Amino acid sequence: MIAEETPLSAPLDIGFDYTRSLGGVFSHFMTELANRRITGVRGSDGTVHVPPVEYDPNTAEALSEFVEVADVGTVRAWSWCAQPVERQPIQRPFAWALITLDGADTAMLHAVNVTSPEAMRTGMRVRARWADEPIGHITDIAYFDPVDDAERVGDAPTPARPPAAREDAGGAVDTVITPIHLSYTHSVSPEESRYLRALAEGRMLAQRCPACEKVYIPPRGACPTCGVPTTTEVELPDTGIVTTFCIVNVPFLGQRITPPYVAAYILLDGADIPFLHLVLGCEADEVRMGMRVRAVWKPREEWETSLQNVDHFEPTGEPDAPYDSYAHHL
Amino acid sequence: MTSVAVVGFTQAPNVRETQGTTNGVEMLVPTLAEAFQQTGLSPSDIGFWCSGSSDYLAGRAFTFISAIDAIGAFPPINESHVEMDAAWALYEAWVKILTGEVDTALVYGFGKSSAGTLRRVLSLQLDPYVVAPLWPDSISIAGIQARMGMESGRWSEQAMAEVAARSLTDAAANPSAQRREAVTAAELLDRPVVADPLRAHDIAPITDGASVVILARTERAREIVERPAVITGFEHRVDSPSLGGRDLTRSESTRAAGRAAGGDGVELAELHAPFSHQELILAGELGLADGVRINPSGGALAANALFSGGLTRIGEAAMRIIDGTAGKVLAHATSGPALQQNLVAVMEGE
Amino acid sequence: MSKQRAAVLGTGQTHHKAKRTDVSMPGLIREAVDRAMADAQVDWPDIDAVVLGKAPDLFEGVMMPELFLADALGASGKPLLRVHTAGSVGGSTSLVAASLVTSGVHRRVLTVAFEKQSESNAMWALSIAPPFSMPVGAGAGGYFAPHVRAYIRRAEAPEHIGALVAVKDRRNGALNPYAHLRQPEITFESVQASQVLWDPIRYDETCPSSDGACAMVLGDEAAGDAVPGGAAWIHATAMRTEPTTFAGRDQVNPQSGKDAAAALWRDGGITDPFAEIDVAELYVPFSWFEPMWLENMGFAEEGTGWKLTESGTTELGGRLPINPSGGVMCTNPIGASGMLRCAEAAKQVMGRAGDYQVDGARKAVGHAYGGGSQYFAMWLVGADKP
Repeated sequence: MIAEETPLSAPLDIGFDYTRSLGGVFSHFMTELANRRITGVRGSDGTVHVPPVEYDPNTAEALSEFVEVADVGTVRAWSWCAQPVERQPIQRPFAWALITLDGADTAMLHAVNVTSPEAMRTGMRVRARWADEPIGHITDIAYFDPVDDAERVGDAPTPARPPAAREDAGGAVDTVITPIHLSYTHSVSPEESRYLRALAEGRMLAQRCPACEKVYIPPRGACPTCGVPTTTEVELPDTGIVTTFCIVNVPFLGQRITPPYVAAYILLDGADIPFLHLVLGCEADEVRMGMRVRAVWKPREEWETSLQNVDHFEPTGEPDAPYDSYAHHL
Repeated sequence: MTSVAVVGFTQAPNVRETQGTTNGVEMLVPTLAEAFQQTGLSPSDIGFWCSGSSDYLAGRAFTFISAIDAIGAFPPINESHVEMDAAWALYEAWVKILTGEVDTALVYGFGKSSAGTLRRVLSLQLDPYVVAPLWPDSISIAGIQARMGMESGRWSEQAMAEVAARSLTDAAANPSAQRREAVTAAELLDRPVVADPLRAHDIAPITDGASVVILARTERAREIVERPAVITGFEHRVDSPSLGGRDLTRSESTRAAGRAAGGDGVELAELHAPFSHQELILAGELGLADGVRINPSGGALAANALFSGGLTRIGEAAMRIIDGTAGKVLAHATSGPALQQNLVAVMEGE
Repeated sequence: MSKQRAAVLGTGQTHHKAKRTDVSMPGLIREAVDRAMADAQVDWPDIDAVVLGKAPDLFEGVMMPELFLADALGASGKPLLRVHTAGSVGGSTSLVAASLVTSGVHRRVLTVAFEKQSESNAMWALSIAPPFSMPVGAGAGGYFAPHVRAYIRRAEAPEHIGALVAVKDRRNGALNPYAHLRQPEITFESVQASQVLWDPIRYDETCPSSDGACAMVLGDEAAGDAVPGGAAWIHATAMRTEPTTFAGRDQVNPQSGKDAAAALWRDGGITDPFAEIDVAELYVPFSWFEPMWLENMGFAEEGTGWKLTESGTTELGGRLPINPSGGVMCTNPIGASGMLRCAEAAKQVMGRAGDYQVDGARKAVGHAYGGGSQYFAMWLVGADKP
């Protein structure tokens, strides 16, 4: 019986500064924002939409008649954000509000700079507080302040500005950049955790599926053909063969290994499924299908719960495995 | 005319955080096994598979592909996936059976909401040019919606607390629920406001979970269960995404779907309302009579596993037909910010 | 119960480019949608439901973009579905839309697929290495190149076949006004001289990254009957899936593809695909996949697909033209690529393929695959009713 252990988990952070080309309607809106002006678009039924929409909500018609509106408006409804999250417009408790700007028929969702919910009310008049250096981005409106001097509070802490938007040859903003960075906790299955912990001890630990009896490395929370977790543990040697491979010559964003390198499917002796790893220790063009290889481990003090403990695989110099012996693993 | 019925429903325990992977495999393996046990079917009996899940809950592409390991999908299966709540996967499967190509279908949804920061992740459902870059969170948007209804006189915080009290009290009898508490509205109203105007009880919990529903053509369904839940109406609609352009105190898509699905005379409704006031909106738009029993499972306020929560509402309602406690039921699922997209299924016993 | 008949009433697509910086995502989609609706001669009130397909949401950084696109899709107040089955999604989306008609649920359905790859970087999104994993992955090319090597070994294919496909597809693309890459001057020698990116795959044997969208209007029998010049009738559809990896998995000639093709031929009444099909649009993102899919689809015996390529059989004017539009090798807006295959097949049997029209095309196949060659979606369309 395998003792229960907490599965391994670790942070997974993903981030990209998305470049959003705008098209005519949003390009006009963003270009005006960069000049501290707010424009909407007139809908098929005469409704002035602020922020603008490209296609009419009722008729799906493309819209193009721009209407300038005030940077002052009225709160239609609000809620209190007691615990702001990263990148929200105000980085201390604040109000979210739907605000109808003077001259507009629809409401814009934005932040209002007050310090307590008692200071907020529907019907409150608010004015856009512009960022110091507008760039043509919705965050050029940093937030809204109460119009009434008595209700206004000091400057609010704001998040970092997004990177500057791009302008076309005519000086119109045609692209905005929006950073999206998210943090997750990534967990691996109990079965894979046992394999990773074994790797931290320099062992290759596989598991056999109780139904089809195939040996999986890494072991699986569900055998892909049987739908049941793999169970019986099988210790494998760190030798095997290259089934097939490619030589990666192309650099790309986020790459963690410098090209060129040989990415190969390695089938360990006794395993029924190969995994991807690196082959070094010979010229790339000497790597062959069926070549016998062994693991070259990193120094013991660098071992962690990862297959990266194996720095790479290298040729053993033994004769190649015959094609028929691995053809069914391709 | 072909008709289709629900013959089985199972769900994983709804919990704040599982130790499992974002692929859902650990939640799905036992839940699928239970569904097969419940119906006496085996994977080879299933003509079509369809699932609902989201890559953004996991933080990487193609989590739904890894999830099919839980099925044991070899020999290959006839399968599809929606990047929506699995209630819409059920809709796709219902359509598939109506084509006559298959007799049975298994639908599942899963989501590990605890892996990321849900208040940030869900912001990415908003317009990416003028709304999402401000990172409005789902609770704040719902708070605005709630206040609009309170200030316009459409509902009160008392009514919202009564929804929550009934849900949490009912959930006390549901072993799968995450929040279970026999409590009164008065007690709930004594608790603090956490996101003005919302109290904690107004907001669905963050839930990891998965659920499974099995469908069959009605003739086949009768061989599987004594009293299949025959789908007599199945409709869905979407509203404009413009939060400041539509009336957030109403849900036209729910009304239209409900009318088309034909919900008159239902005895029981499972409504997918992640916020207490949203149940009030839904019940109104669906025209539910006063005597209709709403969310005997406790509903989304007791457990709200994203991407399976809507499917679970359909499964819960269907089981009330299958177990003989109701003759005609309605189930609802929602998707998107502030009830943007809504689906209604009406089911009857024979 | 027998299915209702369904037909393609019209198709539309964008001009595809690496970066369509002149439009937003809604604008990109509407370019395709407006063309499809004009081609089908329908207006918004004619549309009963909308089905959108797209590959991973991380590409555009929008979670479930169909929600914010509802107005642009003319979907507000209507049913809207979002399909995602990896790279095959454009094909699956077409099939889901078809099922809405063949089930009798709807009369006319608008279906759309898109990808705006320039919002981010697909290599980045596809190569995010989760903790504990071995960061050997190198995007789709790195994933598929070892399997191409395995095909070459297994089929004992000459190494120049990949270049032959690339030359053919790029020259075909030069006939297609919407194609991203249009290279009438490309030669076998220039392809052979291009850089080897993921050995054995060369740069010119690889698809581009495109921004683009495709749309179709599908309709029931009455709607199909009303199409001037004839609709493309849907004779059969098939979808199959298998796990990404499992012990003994055949990654060169996947069982799911073979099963899907067998179902397609069976349901479409085809007994000899090579003899009965006039043209096929196959999902070939790396040129070597043409011979691999010819075998997988049953157009050629296992190990002999490359002979059809080498003999010129798959050229425009050959016995079985493959990808006369230029295919994925010329245009690859990932989520839309599968729908483009389905739409191009429909255009052929409707006689609307312009300079790359296959003379007398009566039966055509649109094909898509995705994930690790594990998701397959395909349809068979004909000029005559099934």
